[in-house]
Amino acid sequence: MGVPLRYNFRSLMDRKATTAMTAAGIALAVAVLVISLALIGGLRATFAATGNPLQLIILRKGVTSELNSTVSQAALQEFRTKPQVAMLPDGQPMVSPELVTAINLANVDSAAGMNVTVRGMLPIGLAMREVRMIQGVAFTPGRREVIVGKSIAQRYPDAHLGGTLRFARGTWNVVGVFEGGEMSAFGSEIWCDINQLRSDQGRLGDMSSVLVRVKDRAAIAPLIQEVKNKRLADAEAMTEQAYYAGMTVSGAPLETLGLMVAGIMAIGSAFGTMNTMYAAVARRGREIGTLRALGFSRWSILQSFMFESMLLSLVGGIFGCLLALPLNNVTTGVGNFATFSEVAFAFRVSWGVMLGGLTFAVVIGGLGGFLPARAASRRDLITTLREY
Amino acid sequence: MIQHLPFILHNAMRNRRRSLLTIASMGVSLCLLGLLLSLYRGLFMPEDSSPAAARRLIVRHRVSLMQVMPVSYKERIKSIPGVVAVTSWQWFGGTYKDARDSKNFFARFVADPKEMLEVRPEMVLSAEQREAFLRQRTSCIATNSLMKKLGWKMGERVTLVGDIFPVTVELKLVGSYDEPDGSENLFFHWDYLQEALPPGNYRDVVGAFLVLVDSPEHVPQVTKAIDAKFANSPAQSKSESEHDFILSFVAFLGNLKLFLAAVCSAVTFTILLVCANTVAMTVRERTRETAILRTLGFGPVEIFALVLGEAGLLGVIGGGLGATLAWGVSVAFRKWMAGQFPFPILGVDLGLVLILAGLVIAVASAAAPAWFASRQNVVESLRYAG
Repeated sequence: MGVPLRYNFRSLMDRKATTAMTAAGIALAVAVLVISLALIGGLRATFAATGNPLQLIILRKGVTSELNSTVSQAALQEFRTKPQVAMLPDGQPMVSPELVTAINLANVDSAAGMNVTVRGMLPIGLAMREVRMIQGVAFTPGRREVIVGKSIAQRYPDAHLGGTLRFARGTWNVVGVFEGGEMSAFGSEIWCDINQLRSDQGRLGDMSSVLVRVKDRAAIAPLIQEVKNKRLADAEAMTEQAYYAGMTVSGAPLETLGLMVAGIMAIGSAFGTMNTMYAAVARRGREIGTLRALGFSRWSILQSFMFESMLLSLVGGIFGCLLALPLNNVTTGVGNFATFSEVAFAFRVSWGVMLGGLTFAVVIGGLGGFLPARAASRRDLITTLREY
Repeated sequence: MIQHLPFILHNAMRNRRRSLLTIASMGVSLCLLGLLLSLYRGLFMPEDSSPAAARRLIVRHRVSLMQVMPVSYKERIKSIPGVVAVTSWQWFGGTYKDARDSKNFFARFVADPKEMLEVRPEMVLSAEQREAFLRQRTSCIATNSLMKKLGWKMGERVTLVGDIFPVTVELKLVGSYDEPDGSENLFFHWDYLQEALPPGNYRDVVGAFLVLVDSPEHVPQVTKAIDAKFANSPAQSKSESEHDFILSFVAFLGNLKLFLAAVCSAVTFTILLVCANTVAMTVRERTRETAILRTLGFGPVEIFALVLGEAGLLGVIGGGLGATLAWGVSVAFRKWMAGQFPFPILGVDLGLVLILAGLVIAVASAAAPAWFASRQNVVESLRYAG
């Protein structure tokens, strides 16, 4: 038979100050964990929302990023004539050569500026991406015009509709703002005409990558294999989604730091919980004795104190989640070392993340409560009853 | 206060388990605080890795590091008063063997060998190695740490497949040196890269220049002079001290400053809570005792001081433990992250800061319980049953 749970609730309520202080310590550790998980969750959601399952990205063999990549004209021509490649109604193959670079722009977080990805493309590239112009119009080929992603427009003061950006050989007009899905990585990019960018950069004929749309899903794996086997112009193919998913690692330094901090804080909090629970056990000697005299077993006493410790930490966990909750949907940016540019994302304090935080809290409570609970269950009945 | 020291010590030893747990909790949290402070200092207040580093600046394209400048800028920079030496400085990138194995990742730079050794005097080569490196166009030099990691020997053939550059270079290792910050680098000849490149877009342009000036005081003015020189060129430049250049990379990681500051305050607050809790529990348990002390003639001020003293003692020991732990962990991290990130080892000054922080936090957290203890009613307390 177990000790009634009400006993534990009341005991915690009886020592309000101690309970609150111990729970607050746990809450802070949980908040740090939840924030770290929300960061990586938000970043993952951003990259997962990017890319079309029917599209492949062609890069130079061995590279992990478009920024380091160069693809030859021969490879481009080869893909243009492949039968598996989807076509627009007018018969144009859905193959988009793209040139990627990065420019430095001042943003809301730092006046010194951050790098932003600039992607030159043909009109076909725009047609191949599910983006929606929310302001203005698309860029006109042959002009120094750019369209900017929604996050860019929000975070970079110069990059608003009607604004101008200075890079390459001149001044570029911002003629439109686009939105690519709810929180896609494209939102952190600036797009312009590839030929204008090439001539401005003195990189005539160059391209960083080629985006290819195939007719159906079944064609993807064989095409990737074909590129691999033929060692086609030193190129390598992967799905667009896999490419962007791989970039989630850009949050790794912050994630590692956050998890490490939460872990160490948890150890500190577990010691604190242990202290509180030992004090509870010492103070309630007579109560423990009484419970035993009433017929509750040692095992029930152990369970009861373990439960109390976990309940205490659970309260802390709930407060920790509440502490982190205001960060939900707050947009921030981290540097992506693969593209050498900033990618904007929103923290996602999801149910899963909060569940993770609460589990973490209960583990702290379990670790901190076990030894005191065992001590309580081992106390001698007669001695405890003699205590006053 | 001093004459009560034995009494305080005795009190602290009475509930040994509680004292140990409090010290352990404070120690762990202060260790974390120490690591974060050390990291903060290492990232945002980096010390110049060598005397020459304070005299160096980096010139890049104004738009970003990815844009290139004509290599002819080198001679024009050299003509600026105060400039001692200039080298082209190009990130090669590329891949070595299987790029998926992170072991094969290391920084590869292209530079003018002679000028580079002048600009970066911390790269010390033996006379023979230096001569071999300067003489052989296809030679390269690497840090000792990199050689050790990849098991290279002198004369090793190193093949790098370009990604930014459409070339494959075959290099011969002829020298080794140490980087002050422990990073793993490889350098090869600018001239060799130029020859290997196909004619066209990639030739005669460079990502950056590394410049050595005659004294650290001249860095700001030379920085301005360089940028002024190219202000009306198609490729405008941005010059900054090596120190600022490193900081700009740190900024790239996101808003780390805010993150570290927030976590540091959270940790401090946690320590405060743990310690306040301990003191409060102790004071409560000793209610009767305190009353007895009062009847023996101890004044409220002495009671107050006794509680603060006991907390302070725990705080100092916790701080010492935290400093020791933080030092050990920082040494381990530095070893573990060697080559990827030079994790700063906790300095003696920060260790002392931790001990002081332990003392201050503990005393502050004890203030309220100590106040209650000193003010409690003697008669009521004697009746207190616990």
